[in-house]
Amino acid sequence: MKNEPIDSKSAMSSQVRLTNTLADLPWWLLIVILFSLLMMISFYTDGIYNAIFEFIRGGIIVTIRVTLISYAIAMILGLLTGLGLVSKNPFIYNLATLYVQVMRGLPILVTILYVSFVITPWAVGQVNSVGILLADAHILGADNILAKLGDRSAGLNIEFEVRAIFALAISYGAFSAEIFRAGIESIGRGQMEAARSLGMNYVQAMRYVILPQAVRRVLPPLGNDFIAMLKESSLVSALGVQDITQLGRLYSASSFQYLKTYNMVAFVYLGMTVLLSLGVKIMEKRLRTDGA
Amino acid sequence: MELDKKESIIIIKNLDKRFGQVKAVNNVSLEIKSGQVVVIIGPSGSGKSTLLRCINYLEVPSAGDIWVDGVHLARNTKNINIVRREVGMVFQQFNLFPHLSVLENVVLAQQVVRNRKRAEAVEIAKQQLTRVGIPEKANVYPEQLSGGQQQRVAIARALAMNPKVMLFDEPTSALDPEMIKEVLDVMLNLAKEGMTMVVVTHEMGFARNAADRIIFMDGGTVIEDTTPSELFANPKHTRTKMFLSKIL
Repeated sequence: MKNEPIDSKSAMSSQVRLTNTLADLPWWLLIVILFSLLMMISFYTDGIYNAIFEFIRGGIIVTIRVTLISYAIAMILGLLTGLGLVSKNPFIYNLATLYVQVMRGLPILVTILYVSFVITPWAVGQVNSVGILLADAHILGADNILAKLGDRSAGLNIEFEVRAIFALAISYGAFSAEIFRAGIESIGRGQMEAARSLGMNYVQAMRYVILPQAVRRVLPPLGNDFIAMLKESSLVSALGVQDITQLGRLYSASSFQYLKTYNMVAFVYLGMTVLLSLGVKIMEKRLRTDGA
Repeated sequence: MELDKKESIIIIKNLDKRFGQVKAVNNVSLEIKSGQVVVIIGPSGSGKSTLLRCINYLEVPSAGDIWVDGVHLARNTKNINIVRREVGMVFQQFNLFPHLSVLENVVLAQQVVRNRKRAEAVEIAKQQLTRVGIPEKANVYPEQLSGGQQQRVAIARALAMNPKVMLFDEPTSALDPEMIKEVLDVMLNLAKEGMTMVVVTHEMGFARNAADRIIFMDGGTVIEDTTPSELFANPKHTRTKMFLSKIL
């Protein structure tokens, strides 16, 4: 009775091993690679794909630029807000919570539209009125930069790309704030106590003891946020910013090559996100083996 | 009054600490002289750890006053940091900084808090690691050490700040039995060198050998405050007798 399962296992072992090996293969990656190969082949055999790629190539740079700058600002905002969320100061805590709740409750597209068409014109108007006030008081000249801000002919127009970057940054700042908060709270209370008992003040303890550990722990989720940001940056096409999506829309609308254009658009996004998510996976694995 | 505070390095007056409805420390007054080794014993929940943690303000007292080395502790951040700098603390769970090597654990606060130059801080760190008997572990990370070694690093980390008082909060309670001695030996040496120590522990052997004074606490109050030989030979209170009969 005891030997039976072992026997049957050894008899099936080669078959079992094959099944296990097949099950362990990263099938999703194989499919992605296969898809990529098919696309690559099409690029060489089909001139239209080539033309599409040439057309949207500039968009790749815009997409990457928008993503990188928004993400960098979002990280700074997120870290500061995350610190606010764990703060014992009720004013700071409430301010941080208000920001997070409002931004997380808004669709990102709405935030982008709101920032671009409401907040930016309003802010520019405020700056203008300050500039005019200062000009009237003869502190600055009539043509000072504050009064002229937003004036297209003076070259001071605030580009839609800048507005979009700001909107994405404040949206993602709220998401990453929650990640930073969770990271900080995951560090045991004893760490703060040990740092404080050595005479460090709160800021020093955060800076040298808590944050280095917390940030390490939240690197994978922050990496995932970066991938999400790359995808979400396609929303800036709603403002006419010429990223991958917008250029794809323009090309398909004028050429009626919808299938091939969006194939190419999807392929470019997938290529970037799959590579990035592999990077995050490797990072996760490395952090885990380091015992962090 | 001022003179009094100079003689005693720690003065506690009518200290209360409540957690909600529970009075963890109930009207405790104590004076600890410089160079004294004071062991606090008592059943769990007797408020001994809470009392210790009030001395460097890790717990904020509900009422009462504390002076450490003449500095009055109040809800005043500056005083608290001045006091903490002079008071070393060793925790039950070691609380080493896992992202830093052993050496950096000992160096960090010296640079950040004492503003020592890097070279000087490293030099002192190495001395302290030698003092606790593990100079060869300077470049490994805390997780690679045994519990006893980690606790010795924690002691070295506190000593590197040149504290006037060392507080020990059950320093051997989280250790495997065979590692308790190496930590107690370090503490015994410290006591011999004249360090002022306040130790919350269940190690009666240490109390007997090293303590100048032993305090038995129960229900948040000091029941007995005497010498170890007196306490172990003829405890005055029934509660003390009951406690000792259970652990000895």
